[in-house]
Amino acid sequence: MSRKHEKLIDKKGLRLDGRKPEELRPIKIEVGILPNADGSAYIQQGKNKILAGVFGPRELHPKHLALPDRTVLRCRYHMAPFSVQERKSPAPSRRDIELSKVIRESLEPAIFLEYYPRTGIDVFVEILQADGGTRCASITAASLALADAGIPMRDLVTACAAGKVDNTIVLDLMDAEDKKGDADVPVALMPNFNAVTLLQMDGILTLKEFEKTVNLALEGCRKIYVMQKEALKAKYVSVKEVKE
Amino acid sequence: MSSIIARVKQKQIADLIAKGKRLDGRGLTDYREVKVEQGVIERAEGSARVLLGKTEVMVGTKIEMGKPFPDTPDEGALAVNVELVPLASPTFEPGPPNENAIELARVVDRGIRESKAIDFEKLCIESGKKVFVIFVDVYVLNHDGNMIDASALAALAALLNTKMFNYEIEEDEVKIKPGYTPLPIMKHPIAVTFAKINDKLIIDPHIEEEQVMDTRLTMTIDDDGNVCAMQKGGTGYFTPKQVLEVARIAKEKSEEIRKKLKW
Repeated sequence: MSRKHEKLIDKKGLRLDGRKPEELRPIKIEVGILPNADGSAYIQQGKNKILAGVFGPRELHPKHLALPDRTVLRCRYHMAPFSVQERKSPAPSRRDIELSKVIRESLEPAIFLEYYPRTGIDVFVEILQADGGTRCASITAASLALADAGIPMRDLVTACAAGKVDNTIVLDLMDAEDKKGDADVPVALMPNFNAVTLLQMDGILTLKEFEKTVNLALEGCRKIYVMQKEALKAKYVSVKEVKE
Repeated sequence: MSSIIARVKQKQIADLIAKGKRLDGRGLTDYREVKVEQGVIERAEGSARVLLGKTEVMVGTKIEMGKPFPDTPDEGALAVNVELVPLASPTFEPGPPNENAIELARVVDRGIRESKAIDFEKLCIESGKKVFVIFVDVYVLNHDGNMIDASALAALAALLNTKMFNYEIEEDEVKIKPGYTPLPIMKHPIAVTFAKINDKLIIDPHIEEEQVMDTRLTMTIDDDGNVCAMQKGGTGYFTPKQVLEVARIAKEKSEEIRKKLKW
């Protein structure tokens, strides 16, 4: 992973896209953009373009999957064939299945699942364009879509990655940094509870670096949380403007 | 993947852990007995069988010649696959690997790959054209909790036991020569899995503990004490403080296991 082909950080300490190590990519979030979904959100994080749609709580099919004491949360992470350099087959890859699982598990702690027994909630995430850190952006968007669907939640879930490239700990890795860097640590957080609901890592970090990286990722999460809340409010502000 | 567990038992497990004890008498950060046996399948290029308490995992490796990936023309390749064999647990069903099997395979794969356990450059036969591809097939034979650590250990044991066939290139053709060389292994990554039950951390969860746990976290540590892979699973959460505590204990435990196995 860490074969040095090119410098990822220049002499001024800036990254390939001109960011400082602790800087997020530009983020744009919109809530409630899919007319047919019960809840939806769109996020642009750098070149990532991701749509999340939520259906439910609704009758679960196949019915035998239903649980008597709570709703069943299902999640599908899917990449569009044109979202990456080489065409990606639309069939779910092993990576997609793993990501669907970890995204679901990162959202579940935030939802009052017990409010809707014998039903299902479906979260569909479509990656329209990928540029590193899609699982984190997906979680950020999916939790907003859940909130937009009016599903009772303990908190929003917000996610951000940090990692190590060229011996520097950096926030919000883009594709080139993810592929050529030394480590990548995606983290999801419920900020009000200080609860980490997603934690993965690949690469090599000493314990000290690991601690620094996790803390930087958590800091990134808290910044994105502010943007999430603004995006959620913005939906209702814009409705008012239409009426006038 | 879980079956039903009685409420009294759930409570008993949680109460014991609150007192720093466990059902089978272990301490909170004790592993069950680990047994590793290598070279159990003669037809495989490498193999191992690991017992972690009653959890039993067998791993066989196979080496084939294949094309390298376009972005790594000078490196061999690794493919890890997990079969949750139906005879290993009443909750395993026949069919293609489900999300649990895929996650398990990818966590084992990540540990080996990211720690740079295998010197992939030595597996290159002809740059951009021919490399050795190592297939690691993990067979879970009995599920009694903590399949991740058992599988990662078995995969590493099998790789350490794997022999590459000798070859020479004659007029652009690869010819197999008699004899074998061991696979170039540079690191020994050890996966350490923690479960969180009622806000307490325990190591190497037994199957009944897995059924009541809130969540789990696996850390893979290399020979130098670096963290090289990590996976949180389950529907609960960890606090940032717990994450750092896990990293600290995982480092100690991985050293302990490596010492015991003389790796």
